[in-house]
Amino acid sequence: MDTLWIAVIGTSVIAYVLKFSGHSVPEKFLSHPLIKRINLLIPIALLSALVAVQSVTTKSAIVLDHRLAGLGAAIIALIFKAPFPIVVLSAAITSAAVYNLL
Amino acid sequence: MSRVASPTFRDSLSVSITVGAYGVAFGAASVANGFSVLQTCLLSLLTFSGASQFAVIGVIGAGGGALSGIATASLLGIRNGLYGVLMAPILKIRGFKRVIAAQITIDESTGVSLSQEARGESAMREGFWLTGFGVFIFWNFFTLAGALGAKAMGDPSAWGLDAAVPAAFLGLVWPRLKNSSDKLLALTAAAFAIATTPFLPAGLPIIGTAVIAVIAGLRVAR
Repeated sequence: MDTLWIAVIGTSVIAYVLKFSGHSVPEKFLSHPLIKRINLLIPIALLSALVAVQSVTTKSAIVLDHRLAGLGAAIIALIFKAPFPIVVLSAAITSAAVYNLL
Repeated sequence: MSRVASPTFRDSLSVSITVGAYGVAFGAASVANGFSVLQTCLLSLLTFSGASQFAVIGVIGAGGGALSGIATASLLGIRNGLYGVLMAPILKIRGFKRVIAAQITIDESTGVSLSQEARGESAMREGFWLTGFGVFIFWNFFTLAGALGAKAMGDPSAWGLDAAVPAAFLGLVWPRLKNSSDKLLALTAAAFAIATTPFLPAGLPIIGTAVIAVIAGLRVAR
Protein backbone atom coordinates (compact mmCIF):
# COMPACT_ATOMS: atom_id res chain seq x y z
CA MET A 1 0.00 0.00 0.00
CA ASP A 2 1.47 3.38 -0.97
CA THR A 3 1.88 6.57 1.05
CA LEU A 4 -1.28 8.18 -0.29
CA TRP A 5 -3.56 5.28 0.64
CA ILE A 6 -2.01 4.92 4.11
CA ALA A 7 -2.53 8.67 4.61
CA VAL A 8 -6.17 8.56 3.44
CA ILE A 9 -7.12 5.59 5.61
CA GLY A 10 -5.02 6.55 8.66
CA THR A 11 -6.32 10.13 8.68
CA SER A 12 -9.92 8.97 8.33
CA VAL A 13 -9.73 6.35 11.08
CA ILE A 14 -8.12 8.70 13.61
CA ALA A 15 -10.47 11.56 12.66
CA TYR A 16 -13.44 9.33 13.46
CA VAL A 17 -11.95 7.98 16.70
CA LEU A 18 -11.39 11.58 17.85
CA LYS A 19 -14.95 12.58 16.98
CA PHE A 20 -16.49 9.52 18.66
CA SER A 21 -14.34 9.81 21.77
CA GLY A 22 -15.75 13.29 22.44
CA HIS A 23 -19.25 11.82 22.62
CA SER A 24 -18.10 9.01 24.90
CA VAL A 25 -15.31 10.02 27.30
CA PRO A 26 -15.99 11.70 30.64
CA GLU A 27 -16.30 15.45 30.17
CA LYS A 28 -13.65 16.46 32.72
CA PHE A 29 -10.82 14.81 30.78
CA LEU A 30 -11.14 16.80 27.54
CA SER A 31 -12.45 20.01 29.05
CA HIS A 32 -9.39 20.69 31.23
CA PRO A 33 -8.52 24.41 30.74
CA LEU A 34 -4.93 23.67 29.66
CA ILE A 35 -6.07 21.11 27.04
CA LYS A 36 -8.66 23.61 25.78
CA ARG A 37 -6.11 26.41 25.48
CA ILE A 38 -3.44 24.31 23.74
CA ASN A 39 -6.16 22.98 21.43
CA LEU A 40 -6.87 26.55 20.31
CA LEU A 41 -3.19 27.24 19.69
CA ILE A 42 -2.22 24.05 17.82
CA PRO A 43 -4.30 24.89 14.69
CA ILE A 44 -2.73 28.38 14.59
CA ALA A 45 0.79 26.91 14.58
CA LEU A 46 0.10 24.05 12.15
CA LEU A 47 -1.92 26.12 9.66
CA SER A 48 0.66 28.92 9.69
CA ALA A 49 3.44 26.39 9.07
CA LEU A 50 1.41 24.95 6.18
CA VAL A 51 0.92 28.42 4.68
CA ALA A 52 4.69 28.99 4.85
CA VAL A 53 5.79 25.60 3.52
CA GLN A 54 3.25 25.58 0.69
CA SER A 55 4.13 29.16 -0.34
CA VAL A 56 7.91 29.30 -0.37
CA THR A 57 9.34 25.76 -0.36
CA THR A 58 9.63 23.03 -2.98
CA LYS A 59 10.80 19.67 -1.60
CA SER A 60 13.66 20.66 0.73
CA ALA A 61 14.57 24.00 -0.87
CA ILE A 62 13.32 27.52 -0.25
CA VAL A 63 11.88 28.72 -3.58
CA LEU A 64 10.42 32.18 -4.14
CA ASP A 65 8.13 32.09 -7.20
CA HIS A 66 4.66 32.90 -8.55
CA ARG A 67 3.03 31.39 -5.45
CA LEU A 68 4.28 34.32 -3.36
CA ALA A 69 2.34 36.74 -5.59
CA GLY A 70 -0.76 34.59 -5.01
CA LEU A 71 -0.20 34.68 -1.25
CA GLY A 72 0.12 38.47 -1.38
CA ALA A 73 -3.24 38.68 -3.16
CA ALA A 74 -4.79 36.42 -0.49
CA ILE A 75 -3.46 38.64 2.30
CA ILE A 76 -4.90 41.75 0.63
CA ALA A 77 -8.26 39.98 0.20
CA LEU A 78 -8.25 38.98 3.89
CA ILE A 79 -7.38 42.51 5.02
CA PHE A 80 -10.45 43.68 3.09
CA LYS A 81 -12.48 40.96 4.87
CA ALA A 82 -13.24 39.08 1.66
CA PRO A 83 -15.06 35.74 2.07
CA PHE A 84 -13.04 32.51 1.84
CA PRO A 85 -13.81 31.67 -1.84
CA ILE A 86 -12.69 35.17 -2.93
CA VAL A 87 -9.47 34.77 -0.93
CA VAL A 88 -8.66 31.47 -2.64
CA LEU A 89 -9.72 32.69 -6.10
CA SER A 90 -7.71 35.91 -5.96
CA ALA A 91 -4.62 33.93 -4.96
CA ALA A 92 -5.13 31.46 -7.79
CA ILE A 93 -5.75 34.12 -10.45
CA THR A 94 -2.76 36.25 -9.38
CA SER A 95 -0.42 33.27 -9.18
CA ALA A 96 -1.57 31.89 -12.53
CA ALA A 97 -1.13 35.31 -14.15
CA VAL A 98 2.46 35.61 -12.89
CA TYR A 99 3.23 32.00 -13.85
CA ASN A 100 1.83 32.31 -17.37
CA LEU A 101 2.95 35.85 -18.20
CA LEU A 102 6.48 36.03 -16.75
CA MET B 1 -45.12 24.04 7.18
CA SER B 2 -43.76 26.64 9.59
CA ARG B 3 -41.16 24.08 10.66
CA VAL B 4 -39.54 24.05 7.21
CA ALA B 5 -39.16 27.82 7.21
CA SER B 6 -37.89 27.93 10.81
CA PRO B 7 -34.96 30.25 11.55
CA THR B 8 -32.92 27.19 12.60
CA PHE B 9 -33.55 25.57 9.22
CA ARG B 10 -32.49 28.73 7.39
CA ASP B 11 -29.33 29.10 9.50
CA SER B 12 -28.42 25.47 8.87
CA LEU B 13 -29.04 25.61 5.12
CA SER B 14 -27.09 28.82 4.52
CA VAL B 15 -24.10 27.51 6.46
CA SER B 16 -24.30 24.16 4.67
CA ILE B 17 -24.25 25.65 1.18
CA THR B 18 -21.58 28.27 1.89
CA VAL B 19 -19.20 25.91 3.67
CA GLY B 20 -19.97 23.00 1.37
CA ALA B 21 -18.88 25.09 -1.60
CA TYR B 22 -15.34 25.25 -0.14
CA GLY B 23 -15.24 21.57 -1.08
CA VAL B 24 -14.35 22.70 -4.61
CA ALA B 25 -11.11 24.19 -3.28
CA PHE B 26 -10.30 20.99 -1.38
CA GLY B 27 -11.11 18.69 -4.30
CA ALA B 28 -8.95 20.72 -6.68
CA ALA B 29 -6.07 21.08 -4.20
CA SER B 30 -6.06 17.39 -3.37
CA VAL B 31 -5.79 16.33 -7.01
CA ALA B 32 -3.13 19.02 -7.62
CA ASN B 33 -1.13 17.49 -4.75
CA GLY B 34 -1.13 14.04 -6.34
CA PHE B 35 -4.13 12.31 -4.78
CA SER B 36 -6.51 10.45 -7.10
CA VAL B 37 -10.14 11.50 -7.51
CA LEU B 38 -11.21 8.40 -5.51
CA GLN B 39 -8.77 9.14 -2.67
CA THR B 40 -9.90 12.78 -2.65
CA CYS B 41 -13.56 11.81 -2.37
CA LEU B 42 -12.84 9.23 0.33
CA LEU B 43 -11.07 11.91 2.39
CA SER B 44 -14.18 14.09 2.23
CA LEU B 45 -16.55 11.19 2.97
CA LEU B 46 -14.56 9.53 5.75
CA THR B 47 -12.30 12.16 7.32
CA PHE B 48 -14.94 14.89 6.81
CA SER B 49 -13.09 17.70 8.57
CA GLY B 50 -11.84 20.49 6.31
CA ALA B 51 -8.69 21.60 8.12
CA SER B 52 -7.52 18.00 8.67
CA GLN B 53 -8.13 17.16 5.02
CA PHE B 54 -6.21 20.20 3.77
CA ALA B 55 -3.42 19.35 6.22
CA VAL B 56 -2.89 15.78 5.09
CA ILE B 57 -2.80 16.71 1.40
CA GLY B 58 -0.59 19.71 2.21
CA VAL B 59 2.01 17.72 4.14
CA ILE B 60 2.11 14.87 1.60
CA GLY B 61 2.11 17.35 -1.28
CA ALA B 62 5.19 18.98 0.28
CA GLY B 63 6.91 15.58 0.20
CA GLY B 64 6.13 14.47 3.75
CA GLY B 65 5.55 10.84 4.71
CA ALA B 66 2.22 9.22 5.57
CA LEU B 67 2.89 9.41 9.31
CA SER B 68 3.65 13.16 9.25
CA GLY B 69 0.49 13.75 7.23
CA ILE B 70 -1.67 11.64 9.55
CA ALA B 71 -0.20 13.23 12.69
CA THR B 72 -0.71 16.79 11.45
CA ALA B 73 -4.29 16.07 10.36
CA SER B 74 -5.06 14.32 13.65
CA LEU B 75 -3.79 17.20 15.80
CA LEU B 76 -6.19 19.44 13.89
CA GLY B 77 -8.98 16.90 14.48
CA ILE B 78 -8.71 16.98 18.28
CA ARG B 79 -11.11 19.91 18.41
CA ASN B 80 -13.87 17.73 16.95
CA GLY B 81 -13.50 15.58 20.07
CA LEU B 82 -14.03 18.68 22.20
CA TYR B 83 -17.14 19.52 20.19
CA GLY B 84 -18.44 16.03 20.97
CA VAL B 85 -18.02 16.78 24.68
CA LEU B 86 -20.17 19.90 24.21
CA MET B 87 -22.79 18.18 22.05
CA ALA B 88 -23.28 14.90 23.95
CA PRO B 89 -25.37 16.38 26.82
CA ILE B 90 -27.54 18.29 24.30
CA LEU B 91 -28.10 15.41 21.85
CA LYS B 92 -28.63 12.73 24.54
CA ILE B 93 -28.30 9.81 22.12
CA ARG B 94 -26.86 6.29 22.23
CA GLY B 95 -26.08 3.41 19.88
CA PHE B 96 -26.38 3.87 16.11
CA LYS B 97 -27.49 7.51 16.33
CA ARG B 98 -24.35 8.34 18.30
CA VAL B 99 -22.19 6.58 15.68
CA ILE B 100 -23.72 8.82 13.00
CA ALA B 101 -23.65 11.99 15.12
CA ALA B 102 -19.92 11.54 15.75
CA GLN B 103 -19.12 11.65 12.03
CA ILE B 104 -20.93 14.98 11.54
CA THR B 105 -19.50 16.57 14.71
CA ILE B 106 -17.51 19.41 13.13
CA ASP B 107 -17.00 23.19 13.43
CA GLU B 108 -20.20 24.08 11.59
CA SER B 109 -22.71 21.62 13.11
CA THR B 110 -21.48 22.48 16.61
CA GLY B 111 -21.38 26.20 15.87
CA VAL B 112 -24.91 26.41 14.47
CA SER B 113 -26.24 24.22 17.28
CA LEU B 114 -24.72 26.36 20.02
CA SER B 115 -25.95 29.54 18.29
CA GLN B 116 -29.55 28.28 18.64
CA GLU B 117 -29.37 28.28 22.44
CA ALA B 118 -31.94 31.06 22.82
CA ARG B 119 -34.47 28.97 20.83
CA GLY B 120 -34.23 26.00 23.19
CA GLU B 121 -32.68 22.54 23.22
CA SER B 122 -34.81 21.06 20.45
CA ALA B 123 -33.70 23.87 18.11
CA MET B 124 -30.09 23.15 19.14
CA ARG B 125 -30.53 19.49 18.21
CA GLU B 126 -32.25 20.41 14.94
CA GLY B 127 -29.41 22.82 14.10
CA PHE B 128 -26.80 20.13 14.75
CA TRP B 129 -28.41 17.45 12.58
CA LEU B 130 -29.48 19.76 9.73
CA THR B 131 -26.12 21.52 9.51
CA GLY B 132 -24.13 18.29 9.93
CA PHE B 133 -25.99 16.46 7.17
CA GLY B 134 -26.24 19.61 5.03
CA VAL B 135 -22.49 20.30 5.09
CA PHE B 136 -21.80 16.58 4.54
CA ILE B 137 -23.90 16.48 1.37
CA PHE B 138 -22.63 19.76 -0.15
CA TRP B 139 -19.01 19.24 0.93
CA ASN B 140 -18.84 15.84 -0.75
CA PHE B 141 -20.65 16.95 -3.90
CA PHE B 142 -18.35 19.95 -4.32
CA THR B 143 -15.25 17.89 -3.53
CA LEU B 144 -16.04 15.63 -6.47
CA ALA B 145 -16.67 18.65 -8.71
CA GLY B 146 -13.36 20.23 -7.69
CA ALA B 147 -11.41 17.00 -8.10
CA LEU B 148 -12.80 16.33 -11.59
CA GLY B 149 -12.23 19.96 -12.56
CA ALA B 150 -8.60 19.91 -11.45
CA LYS B 151 -8.00 16.61 -13.22
CA ALA B 152 -9.24 18.13 -16.48
CA MET B 153 -7.01 21.20 -16.04
CA GLY B 154 -3.60 19.55 -16.22
CA ASP B 155 -0.65 21.71 -15.01
CA PRO B 156 -1.73 22.96 -11.54
CA SER B 157 0.62 26.00 -11.67
CA ALA B 158 -0.92 27.30 -14.90
CA TRP B 159 -4.28 27.56 -13.10
CA GLY B 160 -2.88 28.92 -9.85
CA LEU B 161 -3.81 25.80 -7.89
CA ASP B 162 -0.40 25.68 -6.19
CA ALA B 163 -1.13 29.13 -4.72
CA ALA B 164 -4.76 28.28 -3.92
CA VAL B 165 -3.62 25.72 -1.33
CA PRO B 166 -1.56 28.07 0.90
CA ALA B 167 -4.28 30.73 0.41
CA ALA B 168 -6.84 28.24 1.74
CA PHE B 169 -4.67 27.58 4.80
CA LEU B 170 -4.28 31.32 5.31
CA GLY B 171 -8.05 31.74 5.06
CA LEU B 172 -8.48 29.06 7.73
CA VAL B 173 -5.94 30.51 10.16
CA TRP B 174 -6.71 34.24 9.70
CA PRO B 175 -9.96 34.35 11.75
CA ARG B 176 -8.18 32.49 14.58
CA LEU B 177 -5.62 35.28 15.10
CA LYS B 178 -7.49 37.18 17.77
CA ASN B 179 -4.66 38.91 19.67
CA SER B 180 -0.99 39.75 19.38
CA SER B 181 0.20 36.52 21.03
CA ASP B 182 -1.79 34.51 18.45
CA LYS B 183 -0.12 36.51 15.68
CA LEU B 184 3.32 36.02 17.25
CA LEU B 185 2.68 32.28 17.41
CA ALA B 186 1.61 32.24 13.74
CA LEU B 187 4.72 34.13 12.61
CA THR B 188 7.01 31.99 14.79
CA ALA B 189 5.52 28.78 13.41
CA ALA B 190 5.83 30.02 9.81
CA ALA B 191 9.45 31.11 10.35
CA PHE B 192 10.33 27.80 12.06
CA ALA B 193 8.78 25.79 9.22
CA ILE B 194 10.66 27.71 6.52
CA ALA B 195 13.97 27.76 8.39
CA THR B 196 13.95 24.01 9.11
CA THR B 197 12.71 22.85 5.70
CA PRO B 198 16.24 22.49 4.20
CA PHE B 199 17.43 20.39 7.19
CA LEU B 200 14.53 18.28 8.48
CA PRO B 201 12.77 15.43 6.64
CA ALA B 202 9.63 16.71 4.86
CA GLY B 203 6.63 16.96 7.16
CA LEU B 204 8.61 17.52 10.37
CA PRO B 205 8.91 21.30 9.87
CA ILE B 206 5.09 21.41 9.99
CA ILE B 207 4.31 18.91 12.75
CA GLY B 208 7.21 20.34 14.79
CA THR B 209 5.33 23.60 15.22
CA ALA B 210 2.78 21.78 17.40
CA VAL B 211 5.51 21.79 20.07
CA ILE B 212 5.72 25.59 19.77
CA ALA B 213 1.95 25.76 20.32
CA VAL B 214 2.18 23.56 23.44
CA ILE B 215 5.00 25.73 24.84
CA ALA B 216 2.94 28.85 24.11
CA GLY B 217 -0.06 27.30 25.91
CA LEU B 218 2.02 26.36 28.96
CA ARG B 219 3.54 29.84 29.17
CA VAL B 220 0.13 31.48 29.30
CA ALA B 221 -0.91 28.98 31.98
CA ARG B 222 1.75 30.27 34.39
